[in-house]
Amino acid sequence: MLTIHYFASIREALKSNEEHFELPSHVSNVGDLIDHLLQLHPHFEVVFRRDKKVLVAVNQTVVASTHTLTAGDEIAFFPPMTGG
Amino acid sequence: MISIQTEDYSLEEEYQALRAAAGDAGAIVTFTGIVREFYAGGGGKMDTLYLEHYPGMTESSLENIVAEAQGRWPLLAVRVIHRVGELRPQEQIVLVATASSHRQAAFDAAQFIMDFLKSRAPFWKKQSAGKDSHWVDARTSDADAQLRWRDSDS
Repeated sequence: MLTIHYFASIREALKSNEEHFELPSHVSNVGDLIDHLLQLHPHFEVVFRRDKKVLVAVNQTVVASTHTLTAGDEIAFFPPMTGG
Repeated sequence: MISIQTEDYSLEEEYQALRAAAGDAGAIVTFTGIVREFYAGGGGKMDTLYLEHYPGMTESSLENIVAEAQGRWPLLAVRVIHRVGELRPQEQIVLVATASSHRQAAFDAAQFIMDFLKSRAPFWKKQSAGKDSHWVDARTSDADAQLRWRDSDS
């Protein structure tokens, strides 16, 4: 089971805090997962297809879209950080 | 050493605790970040600042940043506090305190930790002014601030 978290402006734009589902067989990396999410939720296009910077973390470490996913991963999508 | 909390902190108490923990330190640097009232969403005054974070990753990313600082400088003690939730102008939002035998290491490490905290720790700010609100954009200057440390590898 994958856990996907959404934070800050992305959480608000998608109207979703998190979701859970089994890793689909055609999803091998983060880029595939984004394509899958866009199929599941067409309104996600506002976040994933515009000229917006979205960061992704897998198991709480920021990774590239080519990062390979495995069952049980914790994934998070969020905008660039603005702490401090 | 690292705390994520909604409540405020006492700089004096934190300083004394760090001093006690640091043994024979010759230098302590404390940095305090304060919430400004400037509303970036259209000028004027901000009413509240909401701080969201990613529990778990926030702590681990700060631990990594502090560990990296400890690898670069001979630090005797480090303290990081970052507040989350709803804050108002003039409130303290972040504390970074470093102790070392000499001032240069304490100054540099405190700056290094702040530079990385700004663009590596998963915090996000949302400003509100009246009925208006907006998420603060990441600043290019903040992203650039951490890059300068790459050139100064010891």
